[in-house]
Amino acid sequence: MAVQTVAGNATTASPDLGPAAALSCRECGERFELGPLFACASCFGPLEVAYDLPTGSPEELRKRIEAGPDNIWRYAPLLPVPADVADKPNLNPGFTKLVKAYNLARELGVTGGLYVKDDSGNPTHSFKDRVVAIAVEAARAFGFTTLSCSSTGNLAGAVGAAAARAGLRSCVFIPHDLEQGKVVMAAVYGGELVGIEGNYDDVNRFCSELIGDPLGEGWGFVNVNLRPYYGEGSKTLAYEICEQLGWRLPDQIVIPIASGSQLTKIDKGLQELIKLGLVEDRPYKIFGAQAEGCSPVSAAFKAGHDVVRPQKPNTIAKSLAIGNPADGPYVLDIARRTGGAVEDVTDEQVVDAIKLLARTEGIFGETAGGVTLGVTKKLIEAGVIDPTLTTVVVNTGDGLKTLDAVSATSQATATIKPSLDAFRAAGLGTA
Amino acid sequence: MSVKVRIPTILRTYTGGQAEVPAEGTKLSEVIESLEKDHPGIAARVLDDQGKLRRFVNVYVNDDDVRFEGGLDAATPDGAGVSIIPAVAGGC
Repeated sequence: MAVQTVAGNATTASPDLGPAAALSCRECGERFELGPLFACASCFGPLEVAYDLPTGSPEELRKRIEAGPDNIWRYAPLLPVPADVADKPNLNPGFTKLVKAYNLARELGVTGGLYVKDDSGNPTHSFKDRVVAIAVEAARAFGFTTLSCSSTGNLAGAVGAAAARAGLRSCVFIPHDLEQGKVVMAAVYGGELVGIEGNYDDVNRFCSELIGDPLGEGWGFVNVNLRPYYGEGSKTLAYEICEQLGWRLPDQIVIPIASGSQLTKIDKGLQELIKLGLVEDRPYKIFGAQAEGCSPVSAAFKAGHDVVRPQKPNTIAKSLAIGNPADGPYVLDIARRTGGAVEDVTDEQVVDAIKLLARTEGIFGETAGGVTLGVTKKLIEAGVIDPTLTTVVVNTGDGLKTLDAVSATSQATATIKPSLDAFRAAGLGTA
Repeated sequence: MSVKVRIPTILRTYTGGQAEVPAEGTKLSEVIESLEKDHPGIAARVLDDQGKLRRFVNVYVNDDDVRFEGGLDAATPDGAGVSIIPAVAGGC
């Protein structure tokens, strides 16, 4: 198939993005040269990176990966980044803990092994550092000097921090009513932070228009014109989970859905590992998790539809509050292809799940993590997730970012005078 | 009814590079017909073979997503701003 010429404002003729070979339309298959493009000129479908993946024996590649740095750059041969990426100023995210959740497994009746992939351990405390790190390399390759994004909060902080480290200017856009913690965590890195009067979908629309205007010339929007590269960062979750399981696919994996990109890229990552012979090809199921107050993909899954009708979000899980999820149709395809499901939980169940994870495993997840664990619990109880199989739950961010969600029900047990009598009178202690 | 239509970068080859063009119509389907008359070929990029909005195209009339306002039957009042935007942006 012919490769179309880049029509965007790329400033580098042949960017060094390692094994990335071209951009390919996920809908119609048309191919384009690597550049700051995100939508197919023929059908508006999403573009994604096509690769010349490594050849050679799986054993050699596995050894090469295992000898790499303890961050996502160990997988550089599978990512759209230059070979010397680890030597450049970057936040070096990834290789977060895969926690074997013994107590949580006992509580939920899971006997096949339950794991939490805890991405709160990233530099700005969410999985967004993975995707932004890839976008920074694309921004460099295309000669962009300003890094930008539309964000529900986590991404704004990740972009601000990554830009600071990379020596780029940043200007990020968020809904004006975000949680205060996320506002501070985005603003502290010194870039420009702009609150837009509207919800995330309004912010996203604004950024899409800015990108076509001279006001946005020379800007790399990580999740708009750099989106094909940015999204690839989520594949590293799949790589790490499999490597940490001993180069083995999990049987079941539960992933939160905002735009749905993360879920689709985890699936892509698993498929690549199979293709490269790094893991044994065996069935796995992918489950998607949404909050009831923003559940367009879950609603479409349950209704048997293959298109997603947008919703107006109303949930405490603001990082997942995307009413018009760009990758929704692909999430439906993947959930159905793998025999998984898409489910949603109420805000009350989200809070309960945040506290369950904290109480059983000492992991304080943000609301998105509460959504994912809440859906996991619901699907186990419904007999949809098999408790006898290996299950991985993805916690995408740190609970410190969404304190409001649990602050009302997470307070001091008692306030007493500094005396043993008062302690005893409060019914505390063991005697 | 006269409206202004914001054209995304990937469709500007049809509008001679213009980011905003005028069009006529009382509802979105008529506005797209008007666009096609002035900029042949553009309708096929926005609509699929069945004449429906492509699934990765978002269209707004002023601040409203037309999928909440009747789709191609969404009213386009005189002076309205119509924005055509690729749907694949955003998110994680």
